[in-house]
Amino acid sequence: MLSVSPFPSRSWAFEFCCGFPSPADDWIEDAIDVSRLVVTNPAATFLWRASGDCMTPTILDGDYLVCDRSLAPVSGEVVVAVVDGEPTVKRLTYVAGRPALSHDNPRALPFTPDPQSEISIWGVVAWSLRAHRPNR
Amino acid sequence: MRPLIALSDGNCFYVSCERVFDPRQEGRPTVVLSSNDGNIIARSPEAKAIGLKMGDPYFKVRELCARERVVALSSNYVLYGDMSRRVNAVYERFAPDVVIYSIDESFLDFSGLADPVGHARTLRATVRQWTGIPTCVGLGPTKTLAKVANHLAKRTPSLEGVCDLSDSDVRAAALDNLPVGDVWGVGPAYAARLTGMGVTTAGQLRDLDPRQARTMLSVVGERLVLELRAQSCLAWEEVPAGRKGCAVTRSFGQPITALDDLLQAVASFASRVGEKLRRNGVLAPRLSVFMHTNPFGAGPHHSASGAVTFVEATADSTVLVAGARQAARQAWRDGYRYSKAGVICEGLVPAGQVQASLLAPKDPVRSERLMAALDASNRRFGRGSVVIGATTGRTRWTQKAEWRTPRYTTRLDEVPVARA
Repeated sequence: MLSVSPFPSRSWAFEFCCGFPSPADDWIEDAIDVSRLVVTNPAATFLWRASGDCMTPTILDGDYLVCDRSLAPVSGEVVVAVVDGEPTVKRLTYVAGRPALSHDNPRALPFTPDPQSEISIWGVVAWSLRAHRPNR
Repeated sequence: MRPLIALSDGNCFYVSCERVFDPRQEGRPTVVLSSNDGNIIARSPEAKAIGLKMGDPYFKVRELCARERVVALSSNYVLYGDMSRRVNAVYERFAPDVVIYSIDESFLDFSGLADPVGHARTLRATVRQWTGIPTCVGLGPTKTLAKVANHLAKRTPSLEGVCDLSDSDVRAAALDNLPVGDVWGVGPAYAARLTGMGVTTAGQLRDLDPRQARTMLSVVGERLVLELRAQSCLAWEEVPAGRKGCAVTRSFGQPITALDDLLQAVASFASRVGEKLRRNGVLAPRLSVFMHTNPFGAGPHHSASGAVTFVEATADSTVLVAGARQAARQAWRDGYRYSKAGVICEGLVPAGQVQASLLAPKDPVRSERLMAALDASNRRFGRGSVVIGATTGRTRWTQKAEWRTPRYTTRLDEVPVARA
């Protein structure tokens, strides 16, 4: 027979599966999927990686950053910001309505951008991921 | 309810995708090159300003590029495909139905909205904020008019990215001022023929007698005339192959949960894509497949895409089907109820301009005859009466890409790095 429908009738699934229902059927659930915990808006969520120790102890060198661009940045949050074209992880505050960025690490040099610097917020860091027993 | 169709597309889409992850390129002339780093296939506004043209072979403009500090990048289709998927995911929140036309263009059903222009502006702002991609939106009562509106939105900065041609007076004036060659579906040869008939503007094309247009310009001409007169001639999910791309996408009546069912669906889509490509005399250098769950439905959500690049650009359904099945297998995850899937080809090249590849597995003459027989049978006995059954699995996917940027969004070891 040559005629093929792309969407076959699916009634067979019920015909053949009605014999011995498992007593566990009512209690089967999907396994927990970690990505559903950290990614609430997949279209707007991007993974970054941190390099450097200016945000210690909040963010360590090599941490993965789950960045959600659909979140409106709030003062006090950690963000990926772009300073003169350079992507960077910083703590965001607003000073007189203007964004100001800072480091969390008291030992790092304070972040003092050129007054002419162009600063934009790329996205809010909603989660960071760190292996506590690195296997690589 | 009067239909209203929106066409949304990404501005300089490939370049925009690159700039999201490398903001240093902002303001610098940037071009993206075709596979094998051959020709320019995307340009930033700065690259257009210094005179670089679409299709320019890179070796011919290499010196100009060096002098002007042009950023020249190999195409990163994995990245563009993923960004396209994200942009379409945002579209799905703004319209009850979305039909993908190409990697960077989609038709959205905007019928029945109280403030379609306001809705389009919110859509643009959301896509920009969530994905970083700037877009333009055209609104019209038919796909052809939505396409015209989108064209005007792109070329008229004062419109701020949204052009609405639903008002008949506004529409009439816009068409009277539009060169006929800028109408969707009017290629250079067709435009020359129309000019010979004294038809130089879209308005003059609209004013032709449809029956006369049919005699002189075939059904395609008649359809253009009617579409410009706001009479829809294309079924909602039907989009003709364009210069840039060709896609077949469908929402499933009943969600698909088994890989075999999905493979069967994408195989039929790829066959349809093949027909469209052959009818338009174009070949596809690569193909991508996407699938997603209902974004508003219950249960876990998933959205994925896969892509293959052919050794040699093709319109051969056997090769397209094999590629689509491979790409679909890549993207498939068990445990989801997929509500929509599609096959997309872009970067189309005219048939006859393709160099034979030593790696190409098939005999082109034989394949052409086979395809002609396939199309003839499907015309005679109805679509789908003869379909491609087996897949050869012999096609290999390779690509030269010297300046390809990382696959930022799909590879864990290539995610972008932020200094801390």
